[in-house]
Amino acid sequence: MIKSIKTWILVVLASSLLVACGQGGGGSGSKKSKTLDNTKKAGFVKCGVSQGLPGFSNADESGNWTGIDVDVCRAVAAAVLGDADKVKYTPLSAKERFTALTSGEIDVLARNTTWTLSRDADIGLTFVGVNFYDGQGFMVRKNSGINSVNDFRDGISACTNTGTTTELNMRDFFNSKNIKYEPIAFEKADEVVQAYDAGRCDTYTTDKSGLAAQRTKLSAPDDHKVLPETISKEPLGPVVRQGDSVWEDIVRWSLNAMIEAEEYGVNSSNASSLKDSDNPAIKRLVGAEGELGAAFGLDNEWSLRIIEQVGNYGESYKKHIADTNILPNRGPNELWTKGGILYVPPAR
Amino acid sequence: MNLKNFKIDLSNKNKDLIPQILTILFLVLVIIYFTINAQDNMGNRGISFGFGFLSQESSFDITFSLIDYDGSHSYARAFLVGLLNTILVSSIGIFFATLLGVTVGIGRLSQNYLIAKSAEWYVEIFRNIPLILQIFFWYFAALRALPLTVDSINFYDISFLNVKGWYVPKFIWTNFSIFFYSIILATISIIFFSRYARKQRDEFGKQLPTFYVSLGLLVGLPLLTFLIGGVSLSFQIPELEQLSTTVYVYKGGVSIIPELISLALALSMYTATFIAENVRAGILGVNKGQKEAAASIGLTKAQILKLVVMPQALRIIIPPTTNQYLNLTKNSSLAAAIAYPDIVLVFAGTALMQTGRAIEIISITMLTYLSLSLSISVFMNWYNKKIAIKEK
Repeated sequence: MIKSIKTWILVVLASSLLVACGQGGGGSGSKKSKTLDNTKKAGFVKCGVSQGLPGFSNADESGNWTGIDVDVCRAVAAAVLGDADKVKYTPLSAKERFTALTSGEIDVLARNTTWTLSRDADIGLTFVGVNFYDGQGFMVRKNSGINSVNDFRDGISACTNTGTTTELNMRDFFNSKNIKYEPIAFEKADEVVQAYDAGRCDTYTTDKSGLAAQRTKLSAPDDHKVLPETISKEPLGPVVRQGDSVWEDIVRWSLNAMIEAEEYGVNSSNASSLKDSDNPAIKRLVGAEGELGAAFGLDNEWSLRIIEQVGNYGESYKKHIADTNILPNRGPNELWTKGGILYVPPAR
Repeated sequence: MNLKNFKIDLSNKNKDLIPQILTILFLVLVIIYFTINAQDNMGNRGISFGFGFLSQESSFDITFSLIDYDGSHSYARAFLVGLLNTILVSSIGIFFATLLGVTVGIGRLSQNYLIAKSAEWYVEIFRNIPLILQIFFWYFAALRALPLTVDSINFYDISFLNVKGWYVPKFIWTNFSIFFYSIILATISIIFFSRYARKQRDEFGKQLPTFYVSLGLLVGLPLLTFLIGGVSLSFQIPELEQLSTTVYVYKGGVSIIPELISLALALSMYTATFIAENVRAGILGVNKGQKEAAASIGLTKAQILKLVVMPQALRIIIPPTTNQYLNLTKNSSLAAAIAYPDIVLVFAGTALMQTGRAIEIISITMLTYLSLSLSISVFMNWYNKKIAIKEK
């Protein structure tokens, strides 16, 4: 009897340990910016990224991370620590990402994460902005005879990832069209690609940028096409923990600075030479006017470092998304002045 | 207070008790510390704790479900779907692993060189490759090898196998309950008859044909319900339907998804190797004299195995095999990798993501596996006790 009680206690202990570990690590308070202090002390920004999504966050053979999400992390590191390379990347699955952030394992989550009400309000997170406007689409085989979502019929099978808004959008879409479908949800994107490639499902649905990136992994990419319709709004952006408003502002304005820099034509090569520009907005961006950095405990050249070391948003997009042929056309991710919807509050 | 009578009794019993109480106290303190710590941290980060989310609408669909489910049902219902799917694949796995394991285990001891060697090779290969790789192998190998829906492998025009699954006819019953009760009745009659037969054998040495009578009951009684009970059965055969130029699907009938097939296959192939070794150990553990004694009174080889060797071997086989059943059940959580909607994929995956309730959901999932494992344990321990040597 004693023996079985011991077993029970061990079991309970083990489970409570596991539960506690999920929450035990890290620590950030609500007053001042504990995150900023900790980051300065550690000497690097703890950034959560994807497990490999070309264009957004992807590691090469030697472990260097690139992508527009990675550039957000780099911008924060440049602003806070003065060196864009001082980032520690943590690859996370869709399932792990929020727990990693709330538990303090990472301080910024830049992992193509859709901004939704419930995520923003319910689980201790704060979305600071949008660095990519995406929407969910469908990929099908070219010879399938399906040319639009209106060609879907009862019984169609659709592959996707678990733990994403994609699963929910898919249901909303098929329900609104009154189509019975077979949802097949995998944990990792690579398995979705393999299953779709093998013919397990008739269509593959995820964010359109993701479809474009994953298509390159298919055995015959040219045999597949992305349908024209977009069935959802997917504003992707960086996320921070709730409760540290200074840190939240730093991340938000690091991203905004990149977008505003593009708007005013400030880029990595001309930034330092624009210190004596006639335009006060540009002067503020390159740290030649105003005391903007002081508002969140940084020096005045925080945005200059971002632009010099990481580049403006346009440079980042061109390098990671356009030149890699993922989505050469910027679409909604163009500046508001050029017909897109990128519009950030002024840095002043 | 009369201190004269107050004496600490340091007899052996109490000496044992004190360290145990201290240990328990220490553990309780540790648990309290972690709970407070977790509460504190959650409070700091504005995370609330509660199980109210279970009744909210899940709003995601699941490929395969044993009960009625779609996204308009609650998270609790989604949990149940996942749990049933876990139980389903574990049961199928345990059934085939046992069947295969016992066969291979006996095969390894065969006099026939070919049988013994193939059994040995099977065991050595399949127990030494990580399970997750085997699951991927069966799943993706199967997906690549199977034909597209339109070129399905056709079994007599009633059943079809293709990359989207195995389509079998659906049974459509009328008065199913009568049929069901007849089977229960048959089972009860069989139990009573075998007791009667054993008594006859023990007391009068009369051998009754238990097997044939049981078979007769099991087939005859349900058959009767078809003739006089108004039970009837018809089949709905899956039919091919074209959705677009190259997209086809089978409708009607029951579809067994490839994820279930490959997961059950991988789990049983893998676990069977360990069970086979247990069976071999059990049989070898029975004293040679027992077999020789049985042979000397004229029992056939099959009778020796069934009546003399197996009952004794089972006592050695059951405890480690219980472990294998537990392993198989827990290993079924690897399902998430190939999109089989088990509890980990559905509940600790999608539901966790949608709600963000990590602590609640992981605790529920852990408790569920714990209860599943303990139930298997309790059952196997009961069985083990039943077949153990009863000392009189």
